[in-house]
Amino acid sequence: MEMIKVKNLTFEYIRRDEEGNVESINKAIDNVNLDVKKGDFIAILGANGSGKSTLAKHINAILYPTDGGVWVNGMNTAEEKNLWEIRQTAGMVFQNPDNQIIATVVEEDVGFGPENLGVPTQEIWERVEKSLEAVGMLEFRNSSPNKLSGGQKQRVAIAGIMAMKPQCIVLDEPTAMLDPNGRKEVIATVRELNKKENVTVILITHHMDEVIYADKVFVMERGQVKMEGTPREIFTRVDEIKKYRLDAPQVTELAYELKKAGVNLPDGILTVEELIEAIKLIKK
Amino acid sequence: MIRDITIGQYYPSDSILHRLDPRVKLIGTFLFIVSLFLFDSLYGYIAVAVFLVTIIKLSKVPFRFIAKGMKAIVVLMLFMAFFNLFFTPGNTIFQIWIIKITDNGLRQAIFMGIRLIFLILGSSLMTFTTTPNQLTDGLEKIMKPLNRIKVPVHEISMMMSIALRFIPILLEETDKIMKAQMARGADFESGGVLKRAKSLIPLLVPLFVSAFRRANDLAMAMEARCYRGGDGRTKMKPLRYQNRDYLAYTCVLAYFAIVIALGILENRLF
Amino acid sequence: MQIIFDKVNYIYSGGTAFARHAIKDISFSINKGEFIGLIGHTGSGKSTLIQHMNGLIKATNGHIYFNGQDIYEKNYDLRKLRSKVGLVFQYPEHQLFETTVFKDVVFGPTNLGLDKLECELRAYEALKMVGIGDDLLDASPFELSGGQKRRVAIAGVLAMKPEVLILDEPTAGLDPRGRDDILEKIAELHRDSGLTIILVTHSMEDIANYADRLFVMNRGELVMQDTAKVVFSHYKELEQMHLAAPQVTYVMNVLKDKGYRVNTDATTIDEAKEEILKLLQY
Repeated sequence: MEMIKVKNLTFEYIRRDEEGNVESINKAIDNVNLDVKKGDFIAILGANGSGKSTLAKHINAILYPTDGGVWVNGMNTAEEKNLWEIRQTAGMVFQNPDNQIIATVVEEDVGFGPENLGVPTQEIWERVEKSLEAVGMLEFRNSSPNKLSGGQKQRVAIAGIMAMKPQCIVLDEPTAMLDPNGRKEVIATVRELNKKENVTVILITHHMDEVIYADKVFVMERGQVKMEGTPREIFTRVDEIKKYRLDAPQVTELAYELKKAGVNLPDGILTVEELIEAIKLIKK
Repeated sequence: MIRDITIGQYYPSDSILHRLDPRVKLIGTFLFIVSLFLFDSLYGYIAVAVFLVTIIKLSKVPFRFIAKGMKAIVVLMLFMAFFNLFFTPGNTIFQIWIIKITDNGLRQAIFMGIRLIFLILGSSLMTFTTTPNQLTDGLEKIMKPLNRIKVPVHEISMMMSIALRFIPILLEETDKIMKAQMARGADFESGGVLKRAKSLIPLLVPLFVSAFRRANDLAMAMEARCYRGGDGRTKMKPLRYQNRDYLAYTCVLAYFAIVIALGILENRLF
Repeated sequence: MQIIFDKVNYIYSGGTAFARHAIKDISFSINKGEFIGLIGHTGSGKSTLIQHMNGLIKATNGHIYFNGQDIYEKNYDLRKLRSKVGLVFQYPEHQLFETTVFKDVVFGPTNLGLDKLECELRAYEALKMVGIGDDLLDASPFELSGGQKRRVAIAGVLAMKPEVLILDEPTAGLDPRGRDDILEKIAELHRDSGLTIILVTHSMEDIANYADRLFVMNRGELVMQDTAKVVFSHYKELEQMHLAAPQVTYVMNVLKDKGYRVNTDATTIDEAKEEILKLLQY
């Protein structure tokens, strides 16, 4: 069974005027299909307004499909009885680090989820400690969130989700408001959780350098999935990516330009090391 | 600027006072405030001062930090002192033109001032040593009986703790928006009342928009973490009285008894 | 020289018991029409520094000169300075407040006390400059997309007709195309209107394309002020300051370390491409 299954999902925003008549219908998601296996690291790329966040909110049952369906670990998100189990199974981290931390002390915030689930006190403490440890924030357990950097705040938010023992984490542009160091911190944390705790990860972003480690990348535009494949497959098609208001990591673009100029490089170079190796091969 | 106010802030430390049950501190603070109005003699003031100094020592909050918070209420104190000083009837001890200072006035001004300082010190000591969450937890538990008459105690305390979490964020945001508008030539300082009120619009509108956006985000984040009201919720830090709490209650009650005794004695003696 | 900082210090002492030396002994000068990139990791003092330039923060000591005048002199008109040195804060769309896009942009020039016609003309021009079409003038600023909102907010500052435009991370949170659009617009303003630009950014790849000089801040000090090529050649020192050089700089330096004869000062994709093609003899 897939961890997440999205089938023919369509979602329409209906705008009404003051009298309640339908003014316009906007298809935010247009017939999307998506399968995510347990333990996968999936990245969803897309420009602002491409529908990627709307898709994420369906996985957490914050929004419900207009048409089609979403299943989390076999549970249909449209059925109300599944609501809390779905939210516990697929935790969600949001963009703005300030607006998702509830408590004034780090450890109390991490405990918020388990408290809501009715976990016994003793176990809450164990979970909080383990989650903070997993994101490398244990030493800050008694700090005020206001004193932390953006990257640290996001790691606390991730710990807050981990304490609910989810099988899957959906991260909705978790790095959009962070500086490069904060971004690195968060992505490294997410990768580690994926590897060590075998948590399924769905990362939504428009930063290209964050997706190169993903197992699979989906590119969205205007509510549709336009490209899907491994990062290498996706970044082989730099021109197409640019069409969807995105770009490629600088080194990928450099390799792509060199290839266009006739240099015999392999497809989809993602890192500096790969490019160097390829050039070395040619020089031999 | 606004961020300099330390009243109501939490000062992290691991003192015995920090570890006390918030209910003890809430009830203790209440009794302390009541006690301030039960006496009117030098001995009373000494008793309160001794009690306060002991508590401050126990709290491990640096005195400088506390003193800084007091600066914010200097105006209020001067204001009170002014009224007491000049408008209390009694024997005149000093007079220029129609302004006269009476012995009672002087006495009142000094003692009321000291009382006010005690009051602020005592209550801010509670907030220095209690996290906002503990505070709301304590209030929630104390007010629990009100649940029976349909007062949404849990919701109120959740609202309070969220408000406390976001106050510093919104203050910072106010500062930022103010500067951004000043960079566009806005002037918040000059002009009459009407002009000044009008000049606040470019500050208040963005602030409200931002507060609503945050509220929206937060509500979503809370739901995503399975928040569904107080029913069936467990607590990470449930409130359970320890021995030290009973001891603290005893101390507070002893203090309270001493002050009452002093008050009664005074009436007999004077 | 348009802006001169002479040993400017700012010591921040509020909230905590500890005074913090936010910027230390900063001295530099910026010429009219220059494009400066200001880089430094979060908390290095960049934001504090730029707020000195238009007098929003007053230095603890040191002197700042704008067009030859000491801005701390008595009777110096700070509000006029703010109209000459336009400052666009981070996430500037959060300052929008009016009912329509046009009214919001008029706010700045109106504060300068200009007559109505002039204000509206300036607002119109400013909106044109950032590429906001006539169809959006009467829209509510809150209904626009993220990129559009940001451009309106930038127009709000441009309408004051500044000589210097300072932008604090104008591309934060935008998608790649939105980011390129804004940067192109800024480059265009620099090119066509002769504006002096000071751009605060975390993206080394972007700034390498545009800036004449880079200012590097670290722990409140201005540690480097030189061309992108020179600054990025110190990439190892930049890493110590939690910064990095563009990826292509790394490519060139690693190639050189491996014994290939390449020029390492490439900072853009085009330059790196030329160098590598030369190496591979194409």
